[in-house]
Amino acid sequence: METVAQKMKGSDIIIKSLEKEGVDVIFGYPGGASMEIHQALTLSKKIRMVLPRHEQAGAFAACGYARATGKPGVCLATSGPGATNLITGIMDAKMDSVPLIAITGQVATTMMGGDAFQETDIVGATFPCVKHSYLVKDINMIPAVINEAFYIAQTGRPGPVLIDFPKDIQQQEAIPDFNRRIHRPGYNPDIAPPQKPILESAKMIAQAKRPIIYAGGGIISAEASEELRKFVRKTKIPITTTVMGLGCYPEDDPLSLRMLGMHGAVYANIAMNKADLVIALGVRFDDRVTGKLAEFCKGAKFIHVDVDAGELNKNIKVDVPIQANVKDVLREWNDIVKTGDFTEWQTQIDGWKKEFPHHYKKSSKVINPQFVIEQLGKLAPKDAIVSVGVGQHQMWTAQFYGFHTPRNWLCSSGLGAMGFGLPAAMGAQVAYPRRTVIDIDGDGSFLMNIQELQTLRQEKIPVKCVILNNKYLGMVAQWEDRFYKSVRGHTYIGDADFAEIADAFGIKSATVTKPSQVVPAIKKMLAHKGPFVLDVKYPYDDRSHGHVIPMIPSNRTYLDTILIGGTTLRDYWKKKGILKE
Amino acid sequence: MKHTISVLVENEFGVLARVASLFSGRGYNISSLTVAETLDPKVSRMTIVTEGSDAVLEQIVKQLNKLVNVIKVHDVTAENPINRTLALVKVPLTTIAGGDVTAAIREMGGEVVDSDRKCCIAEFRGDESKISSVIERLKPFGILEFEQTGNIAMQKGTKVIS
Repeated sequence: METVAQKMKGSDIIIKSLEKEGVDVIFGYPGGASMEIHQALTLSKKIRMVLPRHEQAGAFAACGYARATGKPGVCLATSGPGATNLITGIMDAKMDSVPLIAITGQVATTMMGGDAFQETDIVGATFPCVKHSYLVKDINMIPAVINEAFYIAQTGRPGPVLIDFPKDIQQQEAIPDFNRRIHRPGYNPDIAPPQKPILESAKMIAQAKRPIIYAGGGIISAEASEELRKFVRKTKIPITTTVMGLGCYPEDDPLSLRMLGMHGAVYANIAMNKADLVIALGVRFDDRVTGKLAEFCKGAKFIHVDVDAGELNKNIKVDVPIQANVKDVLREWNDIVKTGDFTEWQTQIDGWKKEFPHHYKKSSKVINPQFVIEQLGKLAPKDAIVSVGVGQHQMWTAQFYGFHTPRNWLCSSGLGAMGFGLPAAMGAQVAYPRRTVIDIDGDGSFLMNIQELQTLRQEKIPVKCVILNNKYLGMVAQWEDRFYKSVRGHTYIGDADFAEIADAFGIKSATVTKPSQVVPAIKKMLAHKGPFVLDVKYPYDDRSHGHVIPMIPSNRTYLDTILIGGTTLRDYWKKKGILKE
Repeated sequence: MKHTISVLVENEFGVLARVASLFSGRGYNISSLTVAETLDPKVSRMTIVTEGSDAVLEQIVKQLNKLVNVIKVHDVTAENPINRTLALVKVPLTTIAGGDVTAAIREMGGEVVDSDRKCCIAEFRGDESKISSVIERLKPFGILEFEQTGNIAMQKGTKVIS
């Protein structure tokens, strides 16, 4: 019901428009050019305002919220430095196709272009980082712009949309028309699944002897996990996922080959390269998956389904490109597809699974980070949400936690932004106050947004932080060990007592240094009602078992996989007489 | 190989910057770019001449299509369209062994649009190869200044981009 038309301030129109889009939380940091919006927010009964302690964390929190819920996350910052601090989070959303609305204040239109205090052309600065953006110079356009921004952020391939509101537009008054819409002739995300390639691909699937599904974030964006599970159950085709696809298929299922790629399961990478048909669903043939493109899955034909035509034939020429919503295609396949018998193929894969399991050398003296992650996976509730920073801990979590349902895994995958873990967990926890949310972080990554501990405390956000603290930027150090004779190029960061830091913020904490302390500490942390910091101290180990293994070095093939113990798959197979060269 | 791409875009603030940012950000090359309003003032038409492999061209078209303000993208190269560039050439009014400059301008189909005692400005139009031969023909006279527009292109027959 619309009330009688009456004048409203621009800032109030903004908040009312956001409420109409169903926004229930904004992660915003006020400043001169956005305080009008914050004043309007104080009057909102529908929107919770969470104040991060850095705009970058606000953007990551909105990304975490969006990844966990599927709904657009909203962040808000002032002009100039506030806006530029959002950019890393905006780019994260672009790379991982996350629906994000970034709202920025701008200096008054009368001041724009004059290098005013805290003036930045944020629309210009973010062209390569957004799906779309607006500079709103007419108060009457506010409702239509906000409505369209949410539509664009969520439809087609999701992504970030930035809206820049000059201060005078926020301060002006007008009678809003909330039904106004923008005519956009060039944007039509509703594509019908094309019949010809669907039938053609079904035929290829029917003829395949060694097919494999390579599934990614597109399955999660499209909410197509159920359809995918049905497809796998029906066809018995083994499935591997990208880091973005973790959770789209249960990893404990016999048909799951877990994650593929640079640090993926050896058996997943072998199976990909021995397959005769690769069914690529909502993926983008990233270099961390393909390695050397010319050698990637050489004997295979490709079916590639993606909602973004730009991904089809981008990195690899495919046999059947299908531009469609992957959910629609899976539904059609589920009706028509028939397959042969893959028992022999599955037996072969099961052999590789037994031969090359994910494992690590357990120590009784020092804590293995992989052990901590494994135990977290066992002890945390099934519906727990896990976020990570970027580095060794991130890949170990991908390898050892075990993800079985969509949207429980928050990872800055494409951009690889350190500092993502804590704020992303915060965003997810705000969306789901009753679920367990764990930030499994590295010490380097954690330090990049450590100020958010204050947000956890003040806003009563019960995120559990597990810091795998080895005093090093471990992933870079690992590359130094592998490729730079262990020369440390500024990868030692030193120790910090994270429990004491947590204490200073008024947050419960514990420190563990011995393997026997790990499980009790995790139990204690999970049982605690509020936020918690668990500092897990362990030494960086420059030998192979301190590294994230398996590892396919950049731009190499699966045969170059470094196995546990340091030998390559090529040498291992040569020794066994499997590979002749 | 050079490709000519016709792009219809919303005639809105920042659209040219979005297209330019896409090209520079993804390392695509722009040989020439022309942009102006169409008969519908809400729509502008861009003609972009670019170079790249088939795979790069496919990406350029797809990435352009992803821009929200882009209405239509069409690579017209294969359709042998009418291509036109406009060039202005300032040359001294001299006579050399090859003949008189005004005769050379006439011979190349140009038109003298301004002239004083020392030099003149000649206007030429045509496709890329036409403009190159104009340059070759006038070089011996000593070209003082040369300026050209980007290319515009239109498909032959009843086919239209709208």
